[in-house]
Amino acid sequence: MSALTVSALRKSFGGLHVTKNVDLNVEAGERRLIIGPNGAGKTSLFNQITGDLTPDSGTIRLFGQDITQVPAQRRPHLGMARTYQIITLFARDTIVHNVMLALLGLSKSRWNPFISLGRQRHLVEDARRAIDRVGLGHIAERPLAQTSYGERRRVEIAMALAQNPKVLLLDEPFAGLSIDERRDVQKLLLAIPRDVTIVMIEHNMDVALDFADRITLLHFGEVIVEGTRSEVVADPRTREVYLGH
Amino acid sequence: MNFWILLAVNSITFGGLLFLLSAGFSLIFGLMRIPNLTHGSLFMLGAYVGATLIMGILSVQLDFWLAAVLSALVVAAFGALIERLLLRRLPGEPLAQVLVTLGISFMVADFCLMVWGGDPISVATPTHLVGFVRYGVAVFPLYRLAIIGIAAVVAVALWLLLERTRLGAMIRAGVDDPDMARVVGIRVSQIFTIVFGLGAALAGFAGIIGGPILSVYPGLDQDMLPLALVVVILGGTGSLLGSFVGSLIVGFLYNFGQALLPELAYFILFLPMLLVLVLRPQGLFGRQLP
Amino acid sequence: MSRGVLGLAGLAAAFLALVTLPLWLTQIYYVNVASQILFYAIFAFGVNLLLGYAGLVSLGHAGLFGIASYATAYLLAAGWGHPLSIIAALIIGLFSTAIFAALSLRTSGIGFIMITLALGEILWGLAYRWISVTNGDNGINVHTRPTPFGFSLTSAEAFYYVTFVVFLICAILVAIFVRSPLGAALRGTRDQPRRMTALGYHVWMIRFWACMFSGLLTCVAGILFVYYNQFISPQTLALTSSAEVVLMVISGGPATLLGPVVGSALVVIVKSVVSGYIARWNFLLGAIFVAIVILMPEGLVPGTVRLWKLGWRRATTRRPSVLKTGGPPA
Repeated sequence: MSALTVSALRKSFGGLHVTKNVDLNVEAGERRLIIGPNGAGKTSLFNQITGDLTPDSGTIRLFGQDITQVPAQRRPHLGMARTYQIITLFARDTIVHNVMLALLGLSKSRWNPFISLGRQRHLVEDARRAIDRVGLGHIAERPLAQTSYGERRRVEIAMALAQNPKVLLLDEPFAGLSIDERRDVQKLLLAIPRDVTIVMIEHNMDVALDFADRITLLHFGEVIVEGTRSEVVADPRTREVYLGH
Repeated sequence: MNFWILLAVNSITFGGLLFLLSAGFSLIFGLMRIPNLTHGSLFMLGAYVGATLIMGILSVQLDFWLAAVLSALVVAAFGALIERLLLRRLPGEPLAQVLVTLGISFMVADFCLMVWGGDPISVATPTHLVGFVRYGVAVFPLYRLAIIGIAAVVAVALWLLLERTRLGAMIRAGVDDPDMARVVGIRVSQIFTIVFGLGAALAGFAGIIGGPILSVYPGLDQDMLPLALVVVILGGTGSLLGSFVGSLIVGFLYNFGQALLPELAYFILFLPMLLVLVLRPQGLFGRQLP
Repeated sequence: MSRGVLGLAGLAAAFLALVTLPLWLTQIYYVNVASQILFYAIFAFGVNLLLGYAGLVSLGHAGLFGIASYATAYLLAAGWGHPLSIIAALIIGLFSTAIFAALSLRTSGIGFIMITLALGEILWGLAYRWISVTNGDNGINVHTRPTPFGFSLTSAEAFYYVTFVVFLICAILVAIFVRSPLGAALRGTRDQPRRMTALGYHVWMIRFWACMFSGLLTCVAGILFVYYNQFISPQTLALTSSAEVVLMVISGGPATLLGPVVGSALVVIVKSVVSGYIARWNFLLGAIFVAIVILMPEGLVPGTVRLWKLGWRRATTRRPSVLKTGGPPA
């Protein structure tokens, strides 16, 4: 069963084609790595999958359902969650409040103007569980402004995990992390059960290589190579893209 | 028949004044990403200063055009000072900058009330432009034709400045992408001051040459600022062509509205703005509002 | 004593002071000033909801305030009773707010300011020129105040108490709202609108409901205003009025509960005191505006707290400015 299918996707800004006829098929439970140099159109592809950007043509399917026309804010309700390459968190609030916002986004009570958010026991508990999962339980009440960069990276992941997604889109989850922090995040990602499908963007090839089942190499908005880890690494076109001609 | 022609001429004249006002407003918006809410005040200030120079201070009465140029310079200096002394202190905080321009507009309005009093001041039409031009059955007021001519000349000059000079190229670069402009070595901050001063000069100049038609009164600023806003919302920010077309549209709507439905004249302006907002939020010739 | 107890004690003291206010402020003039502070505080609550919690600065709210005032005055003059006029004015006000919101929420940030300003000016222009309805510059008089349950509101004290009760209800509603899930979502759309969309929130709709709540508070204040003055004229809808209430919010402290009340007290008191001596209120308003925006952008309440803390703890964090557009980088 396909979790995520992108077919014949195209997007251009003026004369700049950021997505050129991209096809992508990710099986349920698969770990897919999308690599490519800067400006390859990786994040633009993510933005179209999540609905942040509207593609010029092509379709996007989630578990067989065509979601191309589904508004961005409905897609999380269909089981899609994402993280951002540039950390996009609520800097004035605590970690637990950040994660509660993620949980609340999928809850009907997000429209409720009368109850107290802080008294929603189940939300608080679920949020704490998600924070424990990324190893930040001891600083859950800390304002985000007082956390380190590496901790914020993990809050990003905690927010996505808290939504219990079927498809998880990770945009460079290792960006800016030290070697130790990378190892921690890697452990965390490996612990995610296989009923979650993961698509991960990574700029740097060697960081997440052993995590992936299959790898897609994008370059100038096009899929250049796709295959298993060894196939992609062995392919001469990969070398060409990464090392120049 | 004559009524309609005269109404059309009045509309174009008013559109010309609006263009002088809103071209600077639009440029400042395009470059600094803020609506300059002192723009109506600069228009009024120009009108008051000019009117004073024409009526004479210390028994020296100035020629109308000399007074107009002088008041434009005074207002330009004032505008440049606002930019240098206040807006400069709030880099990267557009909201705070807007509120500062709003605060200054109140101060200017009250200052004018204090100095020039509450009664309207009428500005005499320059003597050599009193009278009419006849063409067939139609009669055109000479001074209004002159304003149309001036607006056209300024429009061409501004276009040449933007498209054909080094300064214009730098302004355009700043409008397109301020960060990039800074990277390639353009002193964006200096350009801010120049554009602010230029916009202020145009507004002040429009204020005084509009004097013989509109007269000068407290509240003139509040009458003009929303018109400039509507022009820019219609035409799109940072676009000279947008200001030009928007000004003409507003000029016609406002004058025909005044003549035919005086009670709702102000409201009629609202309709095309509403249409543009719904169908093309970035304005007819503009980019997306930031 | 812990901070919570201290805060509670302060609130109780303030409540007692406000309940007994006509007893210790025996001059009618001061009771009237207190009424003004309270209904302007309701107006400021409404503007703060957008400015503070949604990051949307409206410079057109005096237009909505004026619509409710004019509707009340017009319907009363047309011979409608008080209860019907008030209800109809609220409905008209909310309907206008919905249109106002639908137009202005096409943008945010600076675009929102421009469009609300233009809308406010258009409403002002209507009040000024649509003479057959609004009576133009002469305004509309309201000859009587309502008598709820046979309780006459003619005296300054009686009007104060009604205003106080309405103020309390509004304050409690706002306090509940900002702690609610919808309130948290609204603050989220202020800080990271794109992220909120990606988390499953309908950003536009959240902002729309915030506008409606803001409009409701604004209209309630407008109705109190027209009954207080028993007169309404276009001046009430002028840009200066919108700016005054924005000043109340940013001077008191945006996104705080107490801020709008403090700001309202500040502006109303300064205005009443100053106008007793000089006629240059607008100049002072502008000057205060410029000074606060440049020197204390986070408002008087948080600003004073900051200076206070700075005094004996030497905090080194940079002042946070709520006036910055766009989400702060985490």
